[in-house]
This record gives sequence, structure tokens and C-alpha cells, in this order.
Amino acid sequence: MTDITVPSTIALRPDFAVIAEWINPGAKILDLGCGDGSLLRYLRDTRDVFGYGVEIDDDNLLGCFRNGINVIHNDLEAGLSSFASDSFDYVILSQTLQAVRHTEGIIQEILRVGKEGIISFPNFGYWKNRMQVISGHMPVSETLPYNWYDTPNIHLCTLDDFEALCQQCNARILERSVMSNHYRPVNFLPNLRGMLAFYRFESRG
Amino acid sequence: MQDSKSVGVVIPQFVQIDKPLQLKSGLSLDSYHLVYETYGQLNAARSNAVLICHALSGNHHVAGVYAENEKSIGWWDNMVGPGRPIDTNRFFVIGVNNLGGCHGSTGPASIDPRTGKHYGAGFPVVTVEDWVETQAQLAEHLRIEQFSAVVGGSLGGMQAMQWTLDNPEKVRHALVIAAAPKLTAQNIAFNDVARQAIMTDQEFYGGNFYAYDTLPRRGLRLARMLGHITYLSDDSMAAKFGRSLRNGELSFGFDVEFEIESYLRYQGDKFADLFDANSYLLMTKALDYFDPAAAYNGDLSAAFRVAKANFLVISFTSDWRFSPERSREIVKALLNNELNVSYAEITSSYGHDSFLMTTPCYHQLVRAYMDNISI
Repeated sequence: MTDITVPSTIALRPDFAVIAEWINPGAKILDLGCGDGSLLRYLRDTRDVFGYGVEIDDDNLLGCFRNGINVIHNDLEAGLSSFASDSFDYVILSQTLQAVRHTEGIIQEILRVGKEGIISFPNFGYWKNRMQVISGHMPVSETLPYNWYDTPNIHLCTLDDFEALCQQCNARILERSVMSNHYRPVNFLPNLRGMLAFYRFESRG
Repeated sequence: MQDSKSVGVVIPQFVQIDKPLQLKSGLSLDSYHLVYETYGQLNAARSNAVLICHALSGNHHVAGVYAENEKSIGWWDNMVGPGRPIDTNRFFVIGVNNLGGCHGSTGPASIDPRTGKHYGAGFPVVTVEDWVETQAQLAEHLRIEQFSAVVGGSLGGMQAMQWTLDNPEKVRHALVIAAAPKLTAQNIAFNDVARQAIMTDQEFYGGNFYAYDTLPRRGLRLARMLGHITYLSDDSMAAKFGRSLRNGELSFGFDVEFEIESYLRYQGDKFADLFDANSYLLMTKALDYFDPAAAYNGDLSAAFRVAKANFLVISFTSDWRFSPERSREIVKALLNNELNVSYAEITSSYGHDSFLMTTPCYHQLVRAYMDNISI
């Protein structure tokens, strides 16, 4: 498929486009915490990918079925033992890292199962978050829309924190993209000005 | 919820198949007949057919009722019908009684044309592979070249899997529900106790009880009671019966005291009058023998290498007979072959029987999956 159509999804989820940019057409993909399968559907429609989502929530599972997406009902925290090593071109963890309990474990599993990993997450170092902390409150923002007492997010980090963890997990960062609150690329002071971070990485071997 | 209703009054049909059937056991049948039912309309392209495979004690009467008995509701009537998850407004759905059964297809209670007597214990042992071959003959009779889907729960799920292995071009989707890639030693052990209960009943007469105008009712009853325990979960039995007593107090005797005893005996009695003991033996053997990976040194992924279908695999959290782990073995093999597969683990307290229940999440998922099948 050379004729790439852009479905309306992209207007609602500009972050999908960043990920799609990095995906080779026809690739085999595993999307961890895939939600209702919108990203996989988008990648299928624009990049002709084949893949599976992994999801724990019943309502999201139904969403995947309705989106016609392959989905495996599985708890990420239990590992990815259903998936063979090096069996995917890309393993994606889109805006889910911050809700995962065993952060290091999931990164190791991504490195095992995928040739490359793609992780996106809300940057806790984003200036709006910092301002709120300075003013004495836990931040509530576009990408962190929860109150401290009802948030599923338990492992928030900054760009610098994530890069340090990659180092520790023996992951080599291949590409980074940072987006502002207007979903524009941020190159200057990304750890302060960036709202969403995207990383593409591989195992150091 | 969408409007859904029963398919209404249905009439079983018969097909006589005179093409000899070579069985896996090495034996053969010169001819046989199958009883089946259909619901909905086969479209002009003959592309909307769905085959429903039944489990141990099931049959061809999947949906609807018989005119003469309004209580004769099909065993999967909540799943199959107009507006139901397997929607007969879209699909042409077929239910068939398996060979060796006792609801109208050729089985042990049929007359062997070679002897003029009941087959009885002489009926050959049939396997899941044999059933799939007979179902393929039925498809040919109905001039259906490819099924939109083959669907089954438990032993029925095993048939759905076998379809994708034996006839990869003839099945586009397989719905494998509450199944397993093979039985465990524990599963086989339960089956053997059930068989021993039947075969040691004095009324069994080595399987030729027909000639003595009797039934091994006691053995069949025990077999069913045992089986029934394995279909339920500890939790669902506790919730439904607990330690409730029939008469409110202990009687210090061995008659029925606890409600669960009463329930199981009732289930056993009902079954013993309806089901053929030889058929029960055959069905449990088919379960025991099912093991597609056996021919590949136990490598299930290698067994599925020929499969082309898209799969939906469903398990239930409280099913300890065929637990979710067993379904995940199937899923793993399918993933290893890069087949389209979705897997759902439904939270349900009804044990193995969950696949027959109207759990909303379960039915919604099956509906969504079926709705996405193009015809």
C-alpha cells in the first residue's frame, strides 16, 4: 500500500503520527496496553502493519474487537511469556509506562520480544507540572488529567529520568521526539518545555 | 441491549452419507447418517455459514424449540438467534449431532446394517478428527465450500481447532471457547471414573444392554454426577447450595440431606434417562484422544503451522476443568504462527459451564467479533 490515507483519528491523537513516522510499512507490531486498539488500527490503515494489542480492561477489549484489532487479554505486569523472543519489529508502550508497576521488568520484556521498542509518556518535568508542584499541589494537566487520589499513574518520570533508566536497562536510544502542549516538536529545553516524550530504542545486545 | 429473540420453532433434518468413512482407529463405516438443524438463510454466495460443534452431552438442537414441546429449548439458544451474538439475521447457522451420539445421528443405539442388530459396544471409537470429516461431508451435502466460522465450547472448541488443521481453506474464523489443546492426566482420570461407573453397572451387559431391554442407569447417573461437579466451580456451588439442608436439620443417615446431593442426583437421574451409555463412553474417549500436537513431538505451534483461519479464543476465570492457562497454550501456538488471534479471559464464577451462560461481557465480545466477520 503506497497510498496512505489519514483517518480522522489523527486529529484527536496527534501523538499517533509521531509513532507512525518511526514504523516501517508492513512491520509486525505488539502494542502493550493498547486501549481500544485505536493506535493499532491507525497503524494498520496508514502503515499496513500486522500486529496484536495487549490489554487488561474488559471495556477496552470490546473496543479492540469493534475496531477489528487482534487483542490478547493479558496483564502486562505478569510479563509477556506468550510472546517469543525477537518476534516483533516494534513493541510499543504508548502512554502506559507511568501506570506500570514493574517498570524495569516491562522494559526488559520489550527488549526481549521486540527488535525495537517505542515508549511514549507524559513528561513530569513539563513546566506546567513543575509550576503546580512549586505552588504546593500535585499537578493536573492535559496529559496527567487525574487528581492525586484517583490517578492510575504511579511511576511518573522526566525525560532525564527515563534516559537514565534506559542506560540502566542496557537500552540504546535510537531516536527521541518531544512534543509541546500544542503537539509541536520541542528541541530547546525539552525536559522543561516538552509535554509528551517519545523514545525509540533497542537492546545494547 | 439489542433486540434479540429465539429462532422459534425448528425441525431437525437428516442426511444419509454413503461415502465410506475411514476412521482414525483404522476401522471404517460404509455409511452413516447425521441429524442436523439450520437457522437463518444461506445467502446466494453461500458464504455466511457458521457451524456449531457441540460438547460432551450436547447435540444438534442448538437453538429454537420443537413445536411439540415448548420446553425443548436449544442448548445455546442464548447465543444463536435473530439479534443474538451469533446473529441468524446475518448467518446461516448449522448444528449437527456428532457421529456416535444418541440424538439421531448414527451411533451405538443404531442398527448395524451388517448384523441387523444394535451396534452397541461394537460401535467404533470415534475421534475429533473423525467428527470433523463427517461435518465436512455435511458441508458438502449443503454445498458450503467455506464456513464463515466454526464455533464450539469445550469439546466443541476442540472440533473448531481441528477444522482449521484438517480443512484450512474451508474455515475463515474459529471460535474456540473454554477448550484445551489436550486433556491433562487429571481430566482423563475423571473421564475414566465416569466410564468405570458405566461399565461396572450390571445393567451395562458389556454395552449390549439394548438386547436386554434395560439401561445402565446407575452408572450413567454416577458418571453425570461426577462430570457435573467438574463443570461447576467451588464458588458457584457454594453460592447456589452452600451447606443448605433439605429438611433443615441433620438426619444422621445416608439419604439425601444436603441440597447439593439432591441437585446432583436430580441431574444424574435426568441424564440417565436421556443419554446413551455407549455414546457417553465414546464422547469421553474422543476427549481423551484429542491431541493435535502429538504428531509433532508435542509441539502445538508446529501442529498449527497449516492453519490459516482467524481465531477467537475465550476462557473463563473459574473454569478449572479447562483453565485459562490451557487456552493460553492455544493462543501461544497461534501467535507463534503469526495468525490473527484475539484472546479474552472472561471473569465468571460458573466454572466450565460458563460458556453456556449469558454473561454480558462474554456475549458482547462474541457479538462484536461475529459482527466484524464479512460475509
